[in-house]
Amino acid sequence: MAEPRKKLKLATATLAGCFGCHMSFLDIDEHLFELVEWVEFDRSPFTDIKQVGACDIGLIEGGLCNAENVHVLRDFRKHCKILVAVGACAINGGLPAQRNPIPLRAILDEVYLTEPGLAHGGIPNDPELPLPLNKVHPIHEVVKVDYFLPGCPPSGEAIWKFLTDLLAGREPTLDHTLIHYD
Amino acid sequence: MSKTFTLDGKTIPFKDGQTIIQAALEAGYYIPHLCYHPEFKPHGSCKLCTVKVNGRQTASCTMLAAEGQVVESETPELNEERRALTQMLFVEGNHFCPSCEKSGDCQLQATAYHLGMMSTHYDHFFPNRPLDASHPDFLLDFNRCILCSLCVRASRDVDGKNVFALAGRGIKTRLIVNAKSGRLADTDFAATDKAASVCPVGVILPKRRGFAVPIGQRTFDKQPIDAYVDNRMVREEG
Repeated sequence: MAEPRKKLKLATATLAGCFGCHMSFLDIDEHLFELVEWVEFDRSPFTDIKQVGACDIGLIEGGLCNAENVHVLRDFRKHCKILVAVGACAINGGLPAQRNPIPLRAILDEVYLTEPGLAHGGIPNDPELPLPLNKVHPIHEVVKVDYFLPGCPPSGEAIWKFLTDLLAGREPTLDHTLIHYD
Repeated sequence: MSKTFTLDGKTIPFKDGQTIIQAALEAGYYIPHLCYHPEFKPHGSCKLCTVKVNGRQTASCTMLAAEGQVVESETPELNEERRALTQMLFVEGNHFCPSCEKSGDCQLQATAYHLGMMSTHYDHFFPNRPLDASHPDFLLDFNRCILCSLCVRASRDVDGKNVFALAGRGIKTRLIVNAKSGRLADTDFAATDKAASVCPVGVILPKRRGFAVPIGQRTFDKQPIDAYVDNRMVREEG
């Protein structure tokens, strides 16, 4: 009998995103059983492991809106041989980046101080809260990204096609039915 | 016998006075393009339609076809340059496809799909460009303007109105509305204008239409842009 294949390590994280890409990942449904024959999950919302270890593949959902996002991203880049930007927010900032034309101070003032109907509790300043960045950035502006998987979110089929290509050692390609920015 | 040139090895017939892209599209051969539209005089600005003619690069929308030309279009080199140009268009504006009403009907997006653009590659400008929602039937979202000037040409040459213009130069070029106030509501722009339906991206949008056709069932969800060859075959908005 053949030796059981050494499983690759796969980590995932959400930065400034909505977890929609992770939900779409779960949409690969029964392919998850095939996937766990090939990979072992490291840090991921699926495992609740908080620290990323040495990994073969890291999937990043979401852009960078605060200092913690940058820290997590750099940690992933350091630990993952292949880093993949998954979804619109990781690739171009997405929905969170639509705050970019507005000065950060004006946004915080409106939400915490002036907007009618909100509590006006003052701008939070707890040392545990990561500081927001002036603008939301796509992840390729901070670290080298090896592959991009666009979509909002990319469909389960697109994620599965991408992963099976990557795991088989092929250059991942998406045809017209699988490449979408929306 | 009609005159011909070759395009990626295929023989393309042309009539005197036709540009390379005119003859190619007429023969059903797609060359990526954004500012070119068969109903208007060429503008030659987006450079997506750049081809090699006898070994030299030129815009196929402004270059006249000539007997015996050897034209190359679908080469890895040209497509890489087209992809880089498309990425620059994406980072210069604010192109957030998931929240854009034009997604799936957008020629910039469809061209990016055709060119296999997986990321925007460059650093984003994230410019601040306020909307103009003053008109009762149309809104202008300048965030998505790629300066193709099709609305300028349509309004001037077909509608006879001169509602739009490109102002400024170089990186400061921007689309403006020809009214003292700068607002669309203060022009004679109308929903029946050619300029109302010619925008290849999501700048000139009819109000109260939004997502009437759901994402996933739109023009370029059904077929890639090269299957439509040129914008006469793309479903006209408006």
